[in-house]
Amino acid sequence: MADTLLKLDGVATAYGQSQALWDIDLEVPAGSAVALIGRNGVGKTTLLKTIIGAQRLSGGRMTFQGRDVSALGPHQRARAGIGYVPQGRHIFPHLTVRENLETGLSALAGRAGGAGAMSKSAIGAGIPDHIFDLFPKLAQIINRKGGVLSGGEQQQLAIGRALAGQPRLLLLDEPTEGIQPSVVQQIEDALRRIRAELGVTVLIVEQYLDFAWSFADSYRVMQRGRIIRAGSTREETAAEVAHLVNI
Amino acid sequence: MGEWPLIAGQIFNGFSVASLYVLAALGLALSFGLMRVINMAHGEMLMLGGYLAYLTLQVVPGPLGILAAMPVAFLGAAAVGAVLETTLIKRLSARPLDTLLATWGVSLILQQAARNIFGAIGVDVRAPDWLNHAYTVPSGLLEGLTIPATRLFILGVAFAVMGALSLLLARTRIGLLVRAVNQDRGMAAASGINVRAVDLSVFCLGTGIAGLAGVVLALLGPVTPNVGQSYVVPAFLVVVLGGLGSLKGTAIASLIVGLFSALVQILVDVSLAQVLLLLFVIGFIQFRPQGVVAVRSRALDA
Ligand SMILES: Nc1ncnc2c1ncn2[C@@H]1O[C@H](COP(=O)(O)OP(=O)(O)O)[C@@H](O)[C@H]1O
Ligand SMILES: [Mg+2]
Repeated sequence: MADTLLKLDGVATAYGQSQALWDIDLEVPAGSAVALIGRNGVGKTTLLKTIIGAQRLSGGRMTFQGRDVSALGPHQRARAGIGYVPQGRHIFPHLTVRENLETGLSALAGRAGGAGAMSKSAIGAGIPDHIFDLFPKLAQIINRKGGVLSGGEQQQLAIGRALAGQPRLLLLDEPTEGIQPSVVQQIEDALRRIRAELGVTVLIVEQYLDFAWSFADSYRVMQRGRIIRAGSTREETAAEVAHLVNI
Repeated sequence: MGEWPLIAGQIFNGFSVASLYVLAALGLALSFGLMRVINMAHGEMLMLGGYLAYLTLQVVPGPLGILAAMPVAFLGAAAVGAVLETTLIKRLSARPLDTLLATWGVSLILQQAARNIFGAIGVDVRAPDWLNHAYTVPSGLLEGLTIPATRLFILGVAFAVMGALSLLLARTRIGLLVRAVNQDRGMAAASGINVRAVDLSVFCLGTGIAGLAGVVLALLGPVTPNVGQSYVVPAFLVVVLGGLGSLKGTAIASLIVGLFSALVQILVDVSLAQVLLLLFVIGFIQFRPQGVVAVRSRALDA
Protein backbone atom coordinates (compact mmCIF):
# COMPACT_ATOMS: atom_id res chain seq x y z
CA MET A 1 0.00 0.00 0.00
CA ALA A 2 1.55 3.26 -1.18
CA ASP A 3 1.88 6.32 1.04
CA THR A 4 -0.84 8.91 0.80
CA LEU A 5 0.56 12.08 -0.74
CA LEU A 6 -2.54 14.25 -0.56
CA LYS A 7 -5.48 13.80 1.76
CA LEU A 8 -8.64 15.86 2.09
CA ASP A 9 -11.02 15.30 5.01
CA GLY A 10 -14.48 16.83 4.86
CA VAL A 11 -13.24 19.80 2.86
CA ALA A 12 -15.66 22.62 2.04
CA THR A 13 -15.25 25.99 0.37
CA ALA A 14 -17.42 28.91 -0.69
CA TYR A 15 -17.40 31.82 -3.11
CA GLY A 16 -18.49 34.58 -0.78
CA GLN A 17 -21.83 33.42 0.64
CA SER A 18 -22.42 30.63 -1.85
CA GLN A 19 -20.95 27.30 -0.92
CA ALA A 20 -19.25 25.50 -3.81
CA LEU A 21 -17.84 22.31 -2.26
CA TRP A 22 -19.33 20.08 0.42
CA ASP A 23 -17.62 17.43 2.52
CA ILE A 24 -14.90 16.38 0.10
CA ASP A 25 -12.90 13.32 1.10
CA LEU A 26 -10.05 12.52 -1.25
CA GLU A 27 -6.89 10.49 -0.99
CA VAL A 28 -4.22 10.58 -3.66
CA PRO A 29 -1.58 7.86 -3.18
CA ALA A 30 2.02 8.81 -3.99
CA GLY A 31 2.90 7.83 -7.55
CA SER A 32 -0.69 7.43 -8.68
CA ALA A 33 -2.82 9.38 -11.12
CA VAL A 34 -6.37 10.28 -10.20
CA ALA A 35 -8.90 11.54 -12.74
CA LEU A 36 -11.55 13.98 -11.60
CA ILE A 37 -14.57 13.91 -13.86
CA GLY A 38 -18.03 15.44 -13.98
CA ARG A 39 -20.23 17.79 -15.94
CA ASN A 40 -19.57 21.48 -16.32
CA GLY A 41 -20.06 23.55 -13.21
CA VAL A 42 -19.95 20.71 -10.68
CA GLY A 43 -16.89 22.07 -8.86
CA LYS A 44 -13.86 20.35 -10.42
CA THR A 45 -11.93 23.57 -10.95
CA THR A 46 -13.01 24.80 -7.53
CA LEU A 47 -11.59 21.64 -5.96
CA LEU A 48 -8.19 22.15 -7.63
CA LYS A 49 -8.22 25.82 -6.61
CA THR A 50 -8.92 24.73 -3.06
CA ILE A 51 -6.04 22.26 -3.14
CA ILE A 52 -3.54 24.87 -4.37
CA GLY A 53 -4.93 27.32 -1.81
CA ALA A 54 -6.44 29.92 -4.12
CA GLN A 55 -9.77 29.11 -2.44
CA ARG A 56 -9.77 28.98 1.35
CA LEU A 57 -11.15 26.01 3.21
CA SER A 58 -14.37 26.85 4.99
CA GLY A 59 -14.39 23.43 6.59
CA GLY A 60 -12.39 20.24 6.86
CA ARG A 61 -8.68 19.73 6.60
CA MET A 62 -6.01 19.01 4.03
CA THR A 63 -2.70 17.23 4.51
CA PHE A 64 0.16 16.97 2.04
CA GLN A 65 2.96 14.50 2.73
CA GLY A 66 1.44 13.99 6.15
CA ARG A 67 1.63 17.66 7.05
CA ASP A 68 -1.45 19.79 7.68
CA VAL A 69 -1.37 22.52 5.03
CA SER A 70 -4.96 23.74 5.48
CA ALA A 71 -3.85 27.18 6.66
CA LEU A 72 -1.09 27.71 4.08
CA GLY A 73 -1.37 30.15 1.20
CA PRO A 74 -0.86 29.18 -2.45
CA HIS A 75 2.83 30.05 -2.63
CA GLN A 76 3.56 27.96 0.45
CA ARG A 77 1.68 25.00 -1.00
CA ALA A 78 3.54 25.40 -4.29
CA ARG A 79 6.79 25.40 -2.33
CA ALA A 80 5.65 22.31 -0.43
CA GLY A 81 5.56 20.54 -3.82
CA ILE A 82 2.19 21.11 -5.46
CA GLY A 83 2.31 22.22 -9.10
CA TYR A 84 -0.75 23.78 -10.71
CA VAL A 85 -1.73 23.91 -14.36
CA PRO A 86 -5.00 25.87 -14.30
CA GLN A 87 -7.92 25.72 -16.67
CA GLY A 88 -7.36 28.38 -19.31
CA ARG A 89 -3.59 28.02 -18.74
CA HIS A 90 -3.01 31.48 -17.21
CA ILE A 91 0.26 32.16 -18.97
CA PHE A 92 1.78 35.52 -18.02
CA PRO A 93 0.99 37.28 -21.30
CA HIS A 94 3.77 39.88 -21.32
CA LEU A 95 6.52 37.59 -20.09
CA THR A 96 8.56 35.55 -22.54
CA VAL A 97 8.47 31.77 -22.56
CA ARG A 98 11.79 31.76 -20.71
CA GLU A 99 10.50 34.21 -18.09
CA ASN A 100 7.28 32.25 -17.67
CA LEU A 101 9.34 29.14 -16.96
CA GLU A 102 11.56 31.09 -14.57
CA THR A 103 8.57 32.16 -12.47
CA GLY A 104 8.00 28.47 -11.79
CA LEU A 105 11.42 28.23 -10.14
CA SER A 106 10.00 30.25 -7.24
CA ALA A 107 8.44 27.06 -5.93
CA LEU A 108 11.94 25.74 -5.21
CA ALA A 109 12.56 28.40 -2.57
CA GLY A 110 13.63 26.89 0.69
CA ARG A 111 13.37 23.31 -0.54
CA ALA A 112 16.16 20.91 0.42
CA GLY A 113 18.11 19.66 -2.56
CA GLY A 114 15.69 21.58 -4.77
CA ALA A 115 17.35 23.42 -7.58
CA GLY A 116 20.55 21.40 -7.54
CA ALA A 117 18.90 18.03 -7.85
CA MET A 118 18.17 18.13 -11.56
CA SER A 119 20.32 18.77 -14.57
CA LYS A 120 20.03 22.39 -15.59
CA SER A 121 19.57 23.42 -19.15
CA ALA A 122 21.79 25.72 -21.10
CA ILE A 123 18.76 27.53 -22.46
CA GLY A 124 17.40 29.16 -19.34
CA ALA A 125 19.11 29.79 -16.06
CA GLY A 126 18.01 27.06 -13.68
CA ILE A 127 15.25 25.68 -15.88
CA PRO A 128 15.51 21.87 -15.77
CA ASP A 129 16.53 20.27 -19.06
CA HIS A 130 13.80 17.66 -19.03
CA ILE A 131 11.21 20.38 -19.67
CA PHE A 132 12.74 21.04 -23.10
CA ASP A 133 13.08 17.33 -23.60
CA LEU A 134 9.34 16.90 -23.01
CA PHE A 135 8.40 20.00 -24.97
CA PRO A 136 11.07 20.71 -27.63
CA LYS A 137 8.78 23.41 -29.04
CA LEU A 138 9.40 25.57 -25.96
CA ALA A 139 13.12 25.78 -26.74
CA GLN A 140 12.32 27.09 -30.21
CA ILE A 141 10.00 29.84 -28.98
CA ILE A 142 11.95 30.67 -25.83
CA ASN A 143 11.99 34.44 -26.46
CA ARG A 144 8.40 34.84 -27.61
CA LYS A 145 5.85 36.55 -25.38
CA GLY A 146 3.38 34.21 -23.68
CA GLY A 147 0.38 36.15 -24.93
CA VAL A 148 1.09 35.55 -28.62
CA LEU A 149 1.45 31.76 -28.40
CA SER A 150 -1.10 29.29 -29.74
CA GLY A 151 -3.30 27.42 -27.27
CA GLY A 152 -1.19 24.28 -27.62
CA GLU A 153 2.05 26.16 -27.03
CA GLN A 154 0.57 27.90 -24.01
CA GLN A 155 -0.54 24.58 -22.59
CA GLN A 156 2.93 23.11 -22.97
CA LEU A 157 4.33 26.22 -21.33
CA ALA A 158 1.87 26.01 -18.46
CA ILE A 159 2.88 22.41 -17.79
CA GLY A 160 6.56 23.32 -18.17
CA ARG A 161 6.18 26.20 -15.73
CA ALA A 162 4.63 23.90 -13.15
CA LEU A 163 7.40 21.32 -13.69
CA ALA A 164 10.08 23.98 -13.19
CA GLY A 165 9.07 23.96 -9.53
CA GLN A 166 9.78 20.19 -9.41
CA PRO A 167 6.43 19.28 -7.87
CA ARG A 168 5.61 15.98 -6.16
CA LEU A 169 1.97 16.46 -7.10
CA LEU A 170 0.77 17.98 -10.36
CA LEU A 171 -2.75 19.42 -10.60
CA LEU A 172 -3.97 19.55 -14.20
CA ASP A 173 -7.27 21.21 -15.10
CA GLU A 174 -8.51 20.09 -18.52
CA PRO A 175 -5.08 20.22 -20.16
CA THR A 176 -6.35 19.42 -23.65
CA GLU A 177 -9.42 21.67 -23.60
CA GLY A 178 -9.66 23.84 -26.71
CA ILE A 179 -6.43 22.59 -28.22
CA GLN A 180 -5.85 21.48 -31.82
CA PRO A 181 -6.21 17.71 -32.19
CA SER A 182 -2.67 17.45 -33.60
CA VAL A 183 -1.22 18.88 -30.38
CA VAL A 184 -3.52 16.98 -28.02
CA GLN A 185 -1.62 13.78 -28.72
CA GLN A 186 1.73 15.45 -27.91
CA ILE A 187 0.42 16.75 -24.62
CA GLU A 188 -1.03 13.39 -23.66
CA ASP A 189 2.27 11.68 -24.47
CA ALA A 190 4.15 14.26 -22.40
CA LEU A 191 1.83 13.66 -19.46
CA ARG A 192 2.49 9.93 -19.64
CA ARG A 193 6.23 10.58 -19.65
CA ILE A 194 5.89 12.96 -16.69
CA ARG A 195 4.34 10.10 -14.73
CA ALA A 196 6.70 7.42 -15.95
CA GLU A 197 10.03 9.25 -16.07
CA LEU A 198 9.67 11.90 -13.36
CA GLY A 199 7.50 9.89 -11.01
CA VAL A 200 5.18 12.83 -10.44
CA THR A 201 1.81 12.10 -8.86
CA VAL A 202 -1.09 13.56 -10.85
CA LEU A 203 -4.58 14.79 -10.11
CA ILE A 204 -6.21 15.57 -13.46
CA VAL A 205 -9.56 17.06 -14.42
CA GLU A 206 -10.38 15.46 -17.75
CA GLN A 207 -13.49 15.50 -19.93
CA TYR A 208 -12.31 12.82 -22.35
CA LEU A 209 -12.99 9.57 -20.56
CA ASP A 210 -10.88 7.55 -23.01
CA PHE A 211 -7.77 9.47 -22.06
CA ALA A 212 -8.75 9.58 -18.38
CA TRP A 213 -9.07 5.79 -18.35
CA SER A 214 -5.85 5.11 -20.18
CA PHE A 215 -3.92 7.60 -18.06
CA ALA A 216 -5.25 7.39 -14.52
CA ASP A 217 -5.39 4.60 -11.93
CA SER A 218 -8.57 5.76 -10.29
CA TYR A 219 -11.40 8.20 -10.87
CA ARG A 220 -13.72 10.44 -8.85
CA VAL A 221 -17.02 11.70 -10.19
CA MET A 222 -18.26 15.07 -8.96
CA GLN A 223 -21.79 16.36 -8.91
CA ARG A 224 -23.04 19.62 -7.40
CA GLY A 225 -19.95 20.26 -5.33
CA ARG A 226 -19.58 16.75 -3.97
CA ILE A 227 -17.71 13.60 -4.89
CA ILE A 228 -20.50 11.14 -5.58
CA ARG A 229 -18.55 8.17 -6.83
CA ALA A 230 -15.03 6.81 -6.69
CA GLY A 231 -13.49 3.78 -8.28
CA SER A 232 -10.66 2.15 -10.13
CA THR A 233 -10.14 2.64 -13.83
CA ARG A 234 -8.64 -0.84 -13.90
CA GLU A 235 -11.73 -2.56 -12.51
CA GLU A 236 -14.49 -0.56 -14.19
CA THR A 237 -14.90 0.63 -17.75
CA ALA A 238 -15.46 4.22 -18.77
CA ALA A 239 -18.82 3.19 -20.18
CA GLU A 240 -20.04 2.27 -16.71
CA VAL A 241 -19.67 5.83 -15.41
CA ALA A 242 -20.26 7.74 -18.63
CA HIS A 243 -23.92 8.38 -17.78
CA LEU A 244 -22.79 10.41 -14.73
CA VAL A 245 -20.62 12.66 -16.86
CA ASN A 246 -22.36 13.08 -20.19
CA ILE A 247 -25.38 15.27 -20.59
CA MET B 1 17.82 89.34 -23.23
CA GLY B 2 15.41 88.50 -26.06
CA GLU B 3 12.51 86.09 -26.38
CA TRP B 4 14.51 82.97 -27.14
CA PRO B 5 16.54 82.68 -23.95
CA LEU B 6 13.34 83.20 -21.95
CA ILE B 7 11.49 80.45 -23.78
CA ALA B 8 14.46 78.11 -23.72
CA GLY B 9 14.86 78.85 -20.02
CA GLN B 10 11.23 77.95 -19.37
CA ILE B 11 11.57 74.77 -21.43
CA PHE B 12 14.56 73.79 -19.36
CA ASN B 13 12.58 74.70 -16.26
CA GLY B 14 9.80 72.49 -17.53
CA PHE B 15 12.23 69.60 -17.81
CA SER B 16 13.52 70.08 -14.31
CA VAL B 17 10.01 70.43 -12.87
CA ALA B 18 9.14 67.31 -14.84
CA SER B 19 12.02 65.45 -13.25
CA LEU B 20 10.73 66.39 -9.79
CA TYR B 21 7.28 65.16 -10.75
CA VAL B 22 8.74 61.92 -12.04
CA LEU B 23 10.51 61.34 -8.74
CA ALA B 24 7.40 62.29 -6.76
CA ALA B 25 5.03 60.27 -8.94
CA LEU B 26 7.00 57.05 -9.51
CA GLY B 27 6.24 55.68 -6.06
CA LEU B 28 2.54 56.39 -6.46
CA ALA B 29 2.56 54.78 -9.88
CA LEU B 30 4.37 51.70 -8.57
CA SER B 31 2.06 51.01 -5.65
CA PHE B 32 -1.02 51.85 -7.66
CA GLY B 33 0.12 49.75 -10.59
CA LEU B 34 0.78 46.66 -8.51
CA MET B 35 -1.57 46.90 -5.56
CA ARG B 36 -4.22 49.44 -6.67
CA VAL B 37 -3.38 51.33 -3.49
CA ILE B 38 -3.64 55.11 -3.32
CA ASN B 39 -1.32 56.30 -0.60
CA MET B 40 -2.38 59.76 0.56
CA ALA B 41 0.68 59.93 2.81
CA HIS B 42 3.01 59.74 -0.18
CA GLY B 43 3.73 63.48 -0.02
CA GLU B 44 4.95 63.03 3.54
CA MET B 45 7.57 60.57 2.31
CA LEU B 46 9.00 63.47 0.32
CA MET B 47 8.88 65.61 3.43
CA LEU B 48 10.59 62.87 5.41
CA GLY B 49 13.33 62.67 2.80
CA GLY B 50 13.82 66.42 3.07
CA TYR B 51 14.19 66.33 6.85
CA LEU B 52 16.48 63.31 6.66
CA ALA B 53 18.66 65.30 4.24
CA TYR B 54 18.71 68.16 6.76
CA LEU B 55 19.71 65.80 9.58
CA THR B 56 22.33 64.04 7.47
CA LEU B 57 23.95 67.37 6.65
CA GLN B 58 24.17 68.11 10.38
CA VAL B 59 26.18 64.93 10.78
CA VAL B 60 28.08 65.02 7.51
CA PRO B 61 28.66 68.63 6.56
CA GLY B 62 30.89 69.39 3.63
CA PRO B 63 30.56 68.87 -0.08
CA LEU B 64 29.55 65.20 -0.02
CA GLY B 65 26.81 65.53 2.58
CA ILE B 66 24.09 65.70 -0.03
CA LEU B 67 25.30 62.45 -1.60
CA ALA B 68 25.28 60.78 1.81
CA ALA B 69 21.76 62.09 2.36
CA MET B 70 20.38 60.26 -0.65
CA PRO B 71 20.77 56.68 0.59
CA VAL B 72 19.78 57.79 4.11
CA ALA B 73 16.56 59.36 2.82
CA PHE B 74 15.85 56.41 0.54
CA LEU B 75 16.25 53.86 3.31
CA GLY B 76 14.50 56.00 5.93
CA ALA B 77 11.45 56.56 3.76
CA ALA B 78 11.45 52.91 2.67
CA ALA B 79 11.48 51.84 6.32
CA VAL B 80 8.56 54.12 7.17
CA GLY B 81 6.85 52.74 4.06
CA ALA B 82 7.37 49.22 5.40
CA VAL B 83 5.71 50.14 8.70
CA LEU B 84 2.83 51.84 6.88
CA GLU B 85 2.34 48.88 4.54
CA THR B 86 2.40 46.17 7.19
CA THR B 87 0.32 47.97 9.82
CA LEU B 88 -2.26 49.68 7.65
CA ILE B 89 -2.31 49.11 3.94
CA LYS B 90 -2.06 45.33 4.05
CA ARG B 91 -4.98 45.13 6.45
CA LEU B 92 -7.16 47.49 4.44
CA SER B 93 -6.18 46.21 1.01
CA ALA B 94 -9.70 45.00 0.17
CA ARG B 95 -11.21 48.40 1.06
CA PRO B 96 -9.84 51.17 -1.18
CA LEU B 97 -11.88 53.98 0.39
CA ASP B 98 -10.74 53.07 3.90
CA THR B 99 -7.14 52.96 2.65
CA LEU B 100 -7.57 56.45 1.26
CA LEU B 101 -8.93 57.81 4.53
CA ALA B 102 -6.44 55.99 6.74
CA THR B 103 -3.40 57.10 4.75
CA TRP B 104 -4.78 60.62 4.71
CA GLY B 105 -4.88 60.42 8.50
CA VAL B 106 -1.28 59.23 8.51
CA SER B 107 -0.37 62.16 6.29
CA LEU B 108 -1.84 64.63 8.83
CA ILE B 109 -0.13 62.87 11.74
CA LEU B 110 3.25 62.97 10.01
CA GLN B 111 2.86 66.65 9.17
CA GLN B 112 2.00 67.47 12.77
CA ALA B 113 4.89 65.37 14.03
CA ALA B 114 7.26 67.30 11.77
CA ARG B 115 5.80 70.56 13.06
CA ASN B 116 6.41 69.46 16.65
CA ILE B 117 9.94 68.28 16.03
CA PHE B 118 11.30 70.81 13.55
CA GLY B 119 8.89 73.74 13.92
CA ALA B 120 6.45 75.18 11.42
CA ILE B 121 8.88 77.52 9.67
CA GLY B 122 10.94 74.90 7.96
CA VAL B 123 14.64 74.15 7.79
CA ASP B 124 17.17 74.88 5.10
CA VAL B 125 19.36 72.41 3.31
CA ARG B 126 22.18 74.36 1.72
CA ALA B 127 23.34 73.05 -1.61
CA PRO B 128 27.06 72.26 -1.54
CA ASP B 129 29.41 74.60 -3.40
CA TRP B 130 29.76 72.25 -6.32
CA LEU B 131 26.04 72.70 -6.97
CA ASN B 132 25.96 76.36 -6.09
CA HIS B 133 26.67 77.93 -9.42
CA ALA B 134 25.02 78.39 -12.73
CA TYR B 135 26.00 78.09 -16.35
CA THR B 136 25.25 81.09 -18.55
CA VAL B 137 25.23 81.01 -22.32
CA PRO B 138 27.74 83.74 -23.26
CA SER B 139 26.63 84.57 -26.80
CA GLY B 140 24.44 83.60 -29.74
CA LEU B 141 20.71 83.16 -29.98
CA LEU B 142 20.38 81.97 -26.39
CA GLU B 143 22.69 84.61 -24.93
CA GLY B 144 21.96 85.17 -21.27
CA LEU B 145 20.19 81.83 -20.70
CA THR B 146 21.15 80.69 -17.21
CA ILE B 147 21.04 77.10 -16.07
CA PRO B 148 21.56 76.46 -12.36
CA ALA B 149 23.66 73.41 -11.51
CA THR B 150 21.06 72.16 -8.99
CA ARG B 151 18.53 71.87 -11.79
CA LEU B 152 20.95 69.81 -13.84
CA PHE B 153 21.62 67.65 -10.80
CA ILE B 154 17.87 67.04 -10.34
CA LEU B 155 17.56 66.09 -13.99
CA GLY B 156 20.44 63.66 -13.57
CA VAL B 157 18.90 62.10 -10.47
CA ALA B 158 15.56 61.64 -12.22
CA PHE B 159 17.20 59.97 -15.23
CA ALA B 160 19.29 57.75 -12.98
CA VAL B 161 16.25 56.66 -10.95
CA MET B 162 14.17 55.95 -14.07
CA GLY B 163 17.03 54.02 -15.60
CA ALA B 164 17.70 52.01 -12.47
CA LEU B 165 14.03 51.20 -12.05
CA SER B 166 13.68 50.08 -15.67
CA LEU B 167 16.71 47.84 -15.30
CA LEU B 168 15.44 46.46 -12.02
CA LEU B 169 12.09 45.56 -13.56
CA ALA B 170 13.43 44.28 -16.86
CA ARG B 171 16.62 42.49 -15.86
CA THR B 172 16.51 41.22 -12.30
CA ARG B 173 14.84 38.29 -10.61
CA ILE B 174 12.81 40.54 -8.31
CA GLY B 175 11.76 42.56 -11.38
CA LEU B 176 10.54 39.37 -13.02
CA LEU B 177 8.52 38.50 -9.94
CA VAL B 178 7.02 42.00 -9.82
CA ARG B 179 5.95 41.74 -13.46
CA ALA B 180 4.48 38.28 -12.92
CA VAL B 181 2.47 39.44 -9.89
CA ASN B 182 1.35 42.48 -11.85
CA GLN B 183 0.11 40.36 -14.74
CA ASP B 184 -1.61 37.54 -12.87
CA ARG B 185 -1.54 37.70 -9.11
CA GLY B 186 -3.28 34.39 -8.51
CA MET B 187 -1.11 32.44 -10.92
CA ALA B 188 2.00 34.09 -9.52
CA ALA B 189 1.10 32.85 -6.05
CA ALA B 190 0.29 29.37 -7.34
CA SER B 191 3.73 29.30 -9.01
CA GLY B 192 5.40 29.75 -5.64
CA ILE B 193 5.91 33.51 -5.65
CA ASN B 194 5.47 35.16 -2.26
CA VAL B 195 3.06 37.80 -3.48
CA ARG B 196 2.92 39.55 -0.10
CA ALA B 197 6.68 39.99 -0.06
CA VAL B 198 6.61 41.39 -3.60
CA ASP B 199 3.87 43.87 -2.65
CA LEU B 200 5.81 45.00 0.38
CA SER B 201 9.07 45.40 -1.56
CA VAL B 202 7.41 47.44 -4.28
CA PHE B 203 5.65 49.67 -1.79
CA CYS B 204 8.90 50.30 0.07
CA LEU B 205 10.71 50.97 -3.19
CA GLY B 206 8.04 53.55 -4.02
CA THR B 207 8.28 55.35 -0.68
CA GLY B 208 12.07 55.14 -0.86
CA ILE B 209 12.08 56.92 -4.22
CA ALA B 210 9.82 59.58 -2.69
CA GLY B 211 12.38 59.99 0.10
CA LEU B 212 15.05 60.49 -2.53
CA ALA B 213 12.85 63.07 -4.21
CA GLY B 214 12.66 64.85 -0.87
CA VAL B 215 16.44 65.31 -0.83
CA VAL B 216 16.32 66.85 -4.26
CA LEU B 217 13.42 69.12 -3.25
CA ALA B 218 15.40 70.31 -0.26
CA LEU B 219 17.98 71.76 -2.66
CA LEU B 220 15.34 74.05 -4.14
CA GLY B 221 13.68 75.50 -1.08
CA PRO B 222 13.13 75.12 2.65
CA VAL B 223 11.84 71.81 4.01
CA THR B 224 8.53 72.51 5.73
CA PRO B 225 5.99 70.16 7.33
CA ASN B 226 3.75 70.46 4.31
CA VAL B 227 6.37 70.59 1.58
CA GLY B 228 5.10 67.26 0.28
CA GLN B 229 1.63 68.59 -0.31
CA SER B 230 2.69 70.98 -3.03
CA TYR B 231 4.24 68.15 -5.02
CA VAL B 232 1.87 65.33 -4.32
CA VAL B 233 -1.08 66.98 -6.08
CA PRO B 234 0.77 67.33 -9.39
CA ALA B 235 2.14 63.85 -8.77
CA PHE B 236 -1.39 62.48 -8.58
CA LEU B 237 -2.24 64.37 -11.76
CA VAL B 238 0.80 62.83 -13.42
CA VAL B 239 -0.21 59.32 -12.36
CA VAL B 240 -3.76 59.81 -13.66
CA LEU B 241 -2.55 61.39 -16.88
CA GLY B 242 0.12 58.76 -17.37
CA GLY B 243 -2.31 55.86 -17.28
CA LEU B 244 -2.60 54.74 -13.66
CA GLY B 245 0.46 52.79 -12.81
CA SER B 246 2.37 52.79 -16.06
CA LEU B 247 6.02 53.81 -15.67
CA LYS B 248 6.49 54.95 -19.24
CA GLY B 249 3.25 56.87 -18.99
CA THR B 250 4.41 58.44 -15.74
CA ALA B 251 7.58 59.71 -17.38
CA ILE B 252 5.76 61.10 -20.40
CA ALA B 253 3.01 62.64 -18.29
CA SER B 254 5.57 64.27 -16.00
CA LEU B 255 7.12 65.89 -19.02
CA ILE B 256 3.75 67.07 -20.29
CA VAL B 257 2.76 68.49 -16.90
CA GLY B 258 6.20 70.00 -16.28
CA LEU B 259 6.44 71.70 -19.67
CA PHE B 260 2.81 72.78 -19.56
CA SER B 261 3.21 74.52 -16.18
CA ALA B 262 6.52 76.10 -17.11
CA LEU B 263 5.39 77.43 -20.48
CA VAL B 264 2.00 78.64 -19.28
CA GLN B 265 3.82 80.54 -16.57
CA ILE B 266 5.41 82.73 -19.23
CA LEU B 267 1.95 84.07 -19.97
CA VAL B 268 0.05 83.93 -16.69
CA ASP B 269 0.85 83.84 -12.98
CA VAL B 270 1.53 80.68 -10.99
CA SER B 271 -1.92 80.10 -9.52
CA LEU B 272 -3.68 80.62 -12.82
CA ALA B 273 -1.16 78.22 -14.36
CA GLN B 274 -2.23 75.60 -11.81
CA VAL B 275 -5.88 76.13 -12.66
CA LEU B 276 -5.12 75.78 -16.37
CA LEU B 277 -3.11 72.62 -15.67
CA LEU B 278 -6.01 71.08 -13.80
CA LEU B 279 -8.40 71.98 -16.61
CA PHE B 280 -5.96 70.52 -19.12
CA VAL B 281 -5.74 67.22 -17.25
CA ILE B 282 -9.52 67.01 -16.79
CA GLY B 283 -9.97 67.72 -20.50
CA PHE B 284 -7.37 65.15 -21.47
CA ILE B 285 -8.96 62.45 -19.31
CA GLN B 286 -12.32 63.15 -20.96
CA PHE B 287 -10.84 62.25 -24.33
CA ARG B 288 -8.48 59.56 -23.21
CA PRO B 289 -9.60 58.09 -19.91
CA GLN B 290 -6.97 55.37 -20.09
CA GLY B 291 -4.17 57.96 -19.90
CA VAL B 292 -1.11 58.46 -22.09
CA VAL B 293 -0.08 54.81 -21.95
CA ALA B 294 -2.94 52.37 -21.50
CA VAL B 295 -2.92 48.59 -20.95
CA ARG B 296 -3.44 47.98 -17.27
CA SER B 297 -1.76 44.62 -17.11
CA ARG B 298 1.41 45.90 -18.72
CA ALA B 299 1.59 48.75 -16.28
CA LEU B 300 4.91 47.91 -14.68
CA ASP B 301 6.64 46.65 -17.77
CA ALA B 302 8.86 49.69 -17.72
N1 LIG C 1 -15.16 32.94 -9.01
C1 LIG C 1 -16.37 32.41 -8.76
N2 LIG C 1 -17.29 33.09 -8.05
C2 LIG C 1 -18.50 32.58 -7.79
N3 LIG C 1 -18.90 31.36 -8.19
C3 LIG C 1 -18.04 30.62 -8.90
C4 LIG C 1 -16.73 31.11 -9.21
N4 LIG C 1 -16.08 30.15 -9.93
C5 LIG C 1 -16.96 29.14 -10.03
N5 LIG C 1 -18.13 29.40 -9.43
C6 LIG C 1 -19.30 28.52 -9.33
O1 LIG C 1 -18.90 27.35 -8.66
C7 LIG C 1 -19.45 26.20 -9.28
C8 LIG C 1 -18.36 25.24 -9.69
O2 LIG C 1 -17.59 25.82 -10.75
P1 LIG C 1 -16.28 25.14 -11.30
O3 LIG C 1 -15.48 24.69 -10.14
O4 LIG C 1 -15.65 26.09 -12.23
O5 LIG C 1 -16.88 23.90 -12.07
P2 LIG C 1 -16.20 22.91 -13.12
O6 LIG C 1 -14.73 23.17 -13.13
O7 LIG C 1 -16.55 21.56 -12.62
O8 LIG C 1 -16.82 23.18 -14.44
C9 LIG C 1 -20.28 26.71 -10.45
O9 LIG C 1 -21.62 26.78 -10.04
C10 LIG C 1 -19.76 28.09 -10.70
O10 LIG C 1 -20.77 28.93 -11.18
MG1 LIG D 1 -13.53 23.77 -14.69
